[in-house]
Amino acid sequence: MKKSSVLWTIVICLLLIFAKIFMGTSFLVAVVIAGTPLLFATLGELITERAGNLNLGVEGMMLIGAVAGFGAGFITKNPIMAIIGAVIAGALAALIYGFLTITLRANQVVSGLALTIFGTGLSSYLGTNFIGQKMPENVIAFYDPIQIPLLSKIPVIGQVFFVQDIFVYFGYIMAIVLGIYLFHTKTGLNLRAVGENPSAADASGININLYKYVHILIGGALCGLGGAYLAVVEVPQWQENITAGRGWIAIALVIFCKWNPYKATIGAYLFGGLSIIGFRLQHLNISQNLLDMLPYLITIIVLVISSMKKSKENSPPKGLSVPYFREER
Amino acid sequence: MKKLISLLLALTLVVALAGCGKTPETEVPNNETPNNETPEVNEAAKDMIVGFIYVGPIGDGGYTYAHDQGRLYLEEQLGVKTIYKESVPETQDVEQEIRNMIDQGATAIFATSFGYMDYVAKISKEYPEVAFFHCSGYLTTDNMANYFGRIYQARYLSGIVAGLKTETNEIGYVAAFPIPEVVRGINAFTLGAQSVNPDVVVKVTWTSTWYDPAKEKEAAIALLDGGVDIIAQHQDTTGPQQAAEERGAFSIGYNTDMSTMAPKAYMTAPIWNWGPYYVAQTQAVIDGTFTSHAYWEGMAEDIVRLAPLTANAPEGAAEAVDAATAKILDGSEYIFEGPLYDQAGEVKVAEGVKMTDEEMLSINWFVKGVEGKIEQ
Repeated sequence: MKKSSVLWTIVICLLLIFAKIFMGTSFLVAVVIAGTPLLFATLGELITERAGNLNLGVEGMMLIGAVAGFGAGFITKNPIMAIIGAVIAGALAALIYGFLTITLRANQVVSGLALTIFGTGLSSYLGTNFIGQKMPENVIAFYDPIQIPLLSKIPVIGQVFFVQDIFVYFGYIMAIVLGIYLFHTKTGLNLRAVGENPSAADASGININLYKYVHILIGGALCGLGGAYLAVVEVPQWQENITAGRGWIAIALVIFCKWNPYKATIGAYLFGGLSIIGFRLQHLNISQNLLDMLPYLITIIVLVISSMKKSKENSPPKGLSVPYFREER
Repeated sequence: MKKLISLLLALTLVVALAGCGKTPETEVPNNETPNNETPEVNEAAKDMIVGFIYVGPIGDGGYTYAHDQGRLYLEEQLGVKTIYKESVPETQDVEQEIRNMIDQGATAIFATSFGYMDYVAKISKEYPEVAFFHCSGYLTTDNMANYFGRIYQARYLSGIVAGLKTETNEIGYVAAFPIPEVVRGINAFTLGAQSVNPDVVVKVTWTSTWYDPAKEKEAAIALLDGGVDIIAQHQDTTGPQQAAEERGAFSIGYNTDMSTMAPKAYMTAPIWNWGPYYVAQTQAVIDGTFTSHAYWEGMAEDIVRLAPLTANAPEGAAEAVDAATAKILDGSEYIFEGPLYDQAGEVKVAEGVKMTDEEMLSINWFVKGVEGKIEQ
């Protein structure tokens, strides 16, 4: 085990113990729920950026996933359809971005922003059909917390992490799968090469456009799931603009976690926790304004600290947001 | 060249899709005569265009939704044409939207959020022939009226329901921002609960948002974890209701009837009924009798109401609410009448003294029994 991962483990354990003692287990349960939509969106953006594409359309893809997930679940009364709907819709939204930036080589920032604006509008427009509607009971029941045998018996950790809904578990699995994929498989290595140095990757026979398309679509699907978690599980009734800016936080979290899926879980839960810790500290004499500032303050501090330590691991993919022109080598 | 084309394409996408995605400013002319008794009104009304500026989406199921119900009622009653714009930020953007609406022929504009006040006041001087109505502010000009409802009266009634229902004697209140409108509501709610249950404590949690369903739900969960058994809210979403529903607690909504959202939890809600005011004022503009005014009426004018109690409400609540309603209507229950104590137990309003409207509109202290802090 590397020194840094030992350090991280110690920090996380300390945070957990601290939170358990001062805030109670119920707080930690809420933290995981608040962090889950962020986790999906962060993983989605992370995999997109690993392919060398900066997609600022996270908020838009989340909202499209939210409306599609809600719509599919509401109309078919089938919880699985809600997930499938969100995945397909998120991927389709990302396809627009992929076509613009890969095939047409449009500016990535502009295309991403366009996708956010488009997604916000489309979600509201399609959502007009669902105003005042609630998810069917059987769908809600499907996403009730499920106890994982054995694991849920571990003191504290069991209750916090293993008595949750399916989405939450799927989030853990995705983070681990993506981590193994990126760092321990050949395709993962190829993907990183595409993000770092597309010309070199191209020369070694990797199909750059295919890699970019596939991972942008996967990224979009994950963002769609993040949005669907909010609309289908967390507040299972139609509310417009339910993401309320979480997509932007996810983009910052990708930098925070240094393009590493494992650290993305830490970032997402830390941020989820910071966004709700204020509700439980208001009885103490702490300024409300300070509590509202907390998540952003911590982000800045972490970014400053992490950028002081310059290492190859911590830097963004070199080819990020640069369109790839084969002819311009 | 290819690069240029793709950039252009991307930009076109921004413009085209931003335009088509948002619910377009729909105009739903309703020329049918809604009821046969008043066909003569509609001749003049048909040509009239009324504009509405909303701070949130109609789909919030809350504050903006309630205003939009008023707009629909106006169309139905008078047959005027209405145009609206959702999610207009409380910035200079509102001026642009108003100009747009006036260009389209609007002769009356309802701007429905506090933050629009200064912009509306400014623009009202530019268009003296247009009638402006601003919701929840305090400024008026020659052709700009302000209007709001005494929702605190309905909150007092909802407090009675909560006070009768609670078993832990602790009620949670998810609140947006520590501004007088919210503080007044919390105080009225607490006084209502205390009128039937003197031991009640109301725990307030601030969210610093009007509209973030997931976050507001989390705030309610935090309160429920802290031991409250009823959730009330001053938010524009139904997030807190959802928290109560999941935890098997009970809830008081806000803005509109939220019974379908949390069928096992929801008991009642203080709700808005803007329609009659919109009809009366639009009629006044048509008749040429519009004058600038400051309108702050309550249950007597039916601009605020308590939503029908559901089966979740406690026994005896209906009778208690009816009795209190009668008292509010005949003026014998003023709500903000002494003796009133602040959180420290000091007398703030002496026995028999009634707070003036001005004092109520700038209230910045909690009554005894509220647990929470107002950041000054």
